Amino acid sequence: MTTTTRIARHHYDVVVIGAGGAGLRAAIEARLAGKKTAIISKSLFGKAHTVMAEGGAAAAMGNVNSRDNWQVHFRDTMRGGKFLNNFRMAELHAKESPQRIWELETYGALFDRTKDGKISQRNFGGHEYPRLAHVGDRTGLELIRTLQQKIVSLQQEDQREFGSYDARIRVFSETTITELMLDGDRIAGAFGYYRESGEFILFEAPAVVLATGGVGRSYKVTSNSWEYTGDGHALALRAGATLINMEFLQFHPTGMVWPPSVKGILVTESVRGDGGVLKNSDGKRFMFDYVPDVFRKQYAETEEEADRWYTDPDNNRRPPELLPRDEVARAINSEVKAGRGSPAGGVFLDIASRRSSDEIRRRLPSMYHQFKELADVDITAEPMEVGPTCHYVMGGVEVDPDSGAAFGHVRGLFAAGEVSGGMHGSNRLGGNSLSDLLVFGKRAGGHAASYADGLDARPRVAVNAVEAAVETALAPLQRDTGESPYTLQQDLQAVMGDLVGIIRREGELADALVRLAELRERVAKVSAAGGRRYNPGWHLALDLRNMLVVSECTAKAALERQESRGGHTREDYPAMEPKWRQVNLVCSLDGDTVQLTRKPLPKMRPELIGLFDRAELAKYLTDEELADFDALVADAGEADNR
Amino acid sequence: MSAKRQFRIWRGDETGGDLQDYMVEVNEGEVVLDVIHRLQATDAPDLACRWNCKAGKCGSCSMEINGKPRLGCMTRMSTFGDDETVTVTPLRTFPVIRDLVTDVSFNYVKARETPAFAPPADVAPGDYRMQQVDVERSQEFRKCIECFLCQTVCHVVRDHEENKQAFSGPRYFIRAAELDMHPLDTKTDRKEYAQAEQGLGFCNITKCCTEVCPEHIKITDNGIIPMKERVVDRRYDPLVWLGSKIFRRGETPQTSVTTARPGTATSGSARGGLHSHSGGSHDPRAEAQAQRGVNWDREVPHPTAPAVDDRGRLPLTELTFDRAAAPSPFGDDVTFPLPPEHLNFAHPEQDKH
Repeated sequence: MTTTTRIARHHYDVVVIGAGGAGLRAAIEARLAGKKTAIISKSLFGKAHTVMAEGGAAAAMGNVNSRDNWQVHFRDTMRGGKFLNNFRMAELHAKESPQRIWELETYGALFDRTKDGKISQRNFGGHEYPRLAHVGDRTGLELIRTLQQKIVSLQQEDQREFGSYDARIRVFSETTITELMLDGDRIAGAFGYYRESGEFILFEAPAVVLATGGVGRSYKVTSNSWEYTGDGHALALRAGATLINMEFLQFHPTGMVWPPSVKGILVTESVRGDGGVLKNSDGKRFMFDYVPDVFRKQYAETEEEADRWYTDPDNNRRPPELLPRDEVARAINSEVKAGRGSPAGGVFLDIASRRSSDEIRRRLPSMYHQFKELADVDITAEPMEVGPTCHYVMGGVEVDPDSGAAFGHVRGLFAAGEVSGGMHGSNRLGGNSLSDLLVFGKRAGGHAASYADGLDARPRVAVNAVEAAVETALAPLQRDTGESPYTLQQDLQAVMGDLVGIIRREGELADALVRLAELRERVAKVSAAGGRRYNPGWHLALDLRNMLVVSECTAKAALERQESRGGHTREDYPAMEPKWRQVNLVCSLDGDTVQLTRKPLPKMRPELIGLFDRAELAKYLTDEELADFDALVADAGEADNR
Repeated sequence: MSAKRQFRIWRGDETGGDLQDYMVEVNEGEVVLDVIHRLQATDAPDLACRWNCKAGKCGSCSMEINGKPRLGCMTRMSTFGDDETVTVTPLRTFPVIRDLVTDVSFNYVKARETPAFAPPADVAPGDYRMQQVDVERSQEFRKCIECFLCQTVCHVVRDHEENKQAFSGPRYFIRAAELDMHPLDTKTDRKEYAQAEQGLGFCNITKCCTEVCPEHIKITDNGIIPMKERVVDRRYDPLVWLGSKIFRRGETPQTSVTTARPGTATSGSARGGLHSHSGGSHDPRAEAQAQRGVNWDREVPHPTAPAVDDRGRLPLTELTFDRAAAPSPFGDDVTFPLPPEHLNFAHPEQDKH
């Protein structure tokens, strides 16, 4: 085998890894700051997983209910995340998302409208007011297409000015990054391969923005595409950055479980927001039995009240079908375990018997169309069979809230979107991800640009690091004694799905860690048949080690956190513990081993904690924290009296 | 319930290939893409195939199934007879990369040439007001998932490589239509652009594109035909005709957008087929590049014409230039000698050692 390999070299100011909503928004910002920017996409341009988002983008514009504002949105986000969110990220997100949405209209986006011509907003689980800007149920597609077309328009500007579309912003489609290059503790570039040709490519750039999305391909039932192999998480770890909150995975409560052609595909919460209800095999609307105490006040107790809410939300409480996702997922899981599930191991989601066929088709057009075509299921005529599906990872790269710069011992690395952690705490509200992409994509892109500006000298890529990266990348092709990457992926998915799934137990988690260690040995010896040209087996073999290290983080953190909160449910510790709310679990890499440390959460600023009722805070905070809060309120009261 | 089914899949690359037979297990409720995934996990681990969402939303898994362009994830196995052989081939209109993966860069080139949304200058973000009924017309076209099935089925380019330069295809006709119908777009010559630059005139409305569209966009009826009708309105408008008799040739208020772009020759605008379509570039090398399709792997620096002043001179003197002496032809950030590891050079015989 040859040791000399052609490597295409490119020089950029900012390299954005990932071409979903966060990546594209970051790239736009870096290019607007005048930086030469590369966008690296594992798929074709415009195919990123963002297209799957259906519900909408949450932004407190107050177009439908004028009482909505950023404070209310902030409160909802913190509640949804069970107060484990990085409060500063939640604050920035709530404050800036309206501007980010309005900006999209100047790029050409066409959202659905209110009667007075503004952007329409819809109800969604966990949001107090109608807040989600949407386009039917294909909001994610609109978002990605709009950003894609904005990039094209910037390229057209550059074509006019410099005679080349690629002068200042270029998309490298079907390109995978396998390593980040370092110069000491500074980012010096990124190394990867073109999927099409299998040839290698080296980007020399002082600033890298990770926007690679999530980790769902490590699970058996997932809504995520093949791209979601935790690349950004793993790249960050190997570059010396840290991950937080990796134990928190969102299982979407309503993924299709039958038929197999649509298994894992999500049924948007809008189905429930628009009147759909969950029933078990006895035909009982069971969600009323699963309203936790913290939410008791906001949710209806009878079917009659719940049904009135759809038309009169001001005078009635919400139906319990609209509880946050983790609560709904847990309820479905309990029903199935109690033997009241559907034939395929889910429950029934029924909108057919509650809304007219025309209305369903009008309000949920692509949902209707998708199931009709994919599975010959008519959602206007029969209930759907749904169950929990791995959907979103709350955990991710630990970042500075304002700039998106990664913590740990690396400089020049930024992260935005699903790959970053902290914003959503222990559980993400529906609709907050699309606005998260825009708000923090813009911030990461802008701060990466100014970081690149502030350097006196460009970091250099070391030759031996490139050689090592080439060797690692070619290794699976050169071995022919190892196992197939597909077998290894199936085994990894089985371990994660069965032992680190939606409901977790100490024994199983410990067992998972043992099995992951075994898998690590096997993955190190994986072999891929065929050549370098568009070889999916080889690509998967290279992705496996990322999936593996991220799975280890999840399993370790899940074993450590002895409570249940948001996207982390421990059967042996079913309660939420105020003590644990003060702790973030931080993963880092020491050699090959995942290290776990505890880190205190930043303390919320007085004016922000003051937005909450004491009664609500009492469910989340420790006694000492509550005493602090009381002192704060007393101080404020005195200040008012003076 | 599972059974063995006969599949024939095209395997190969740009140097050639052929259909290969596979017997593969198929379970109830599966789609063609499920079966391809099973083949990858068993008999053919290196079978190349694009996919992403497996839900008919991203438009990645376009392929030709029994000769018809379709999405693999949207083609249910139950639509075939029990002993029917399923034949899967790559999209015919685009060059094969490997197996079922084709080089679709043609579409991205055309996308880059289509003028972008032109926002109103005097409306601040947040102040956009549009009525639902007005946005719905464009929203239909914005449902497009860019699977390029309409592009591959279109007979103008399917078997006529030579038309690719002059013809953008249905996907970009509806992009032009979408912007034309956008309530706040300020560019007013979208239809004329489609006629003059995108080759709208080549389309003779066989509606194949509408037939294969997985999003059921009425590409022909709602996009192409209205665009054609309005172009015709303008072209055959008696007042415009009269005007063309009164004004001398060349002074006519042109319907073609080529006049709107400074420096563009108008001579070729009479028939789309003769005109240049390389994104407004009038550099022959860039045009040749565009005709071959963009090679995403290699950066080909486009020579740019010097920005000369009225007298045909460069507006640069040593006195006004922002640094001492002439700029380096290699870029000012490059210092010589280059370190050897930065050289991107492969000796033709190096692989033999």
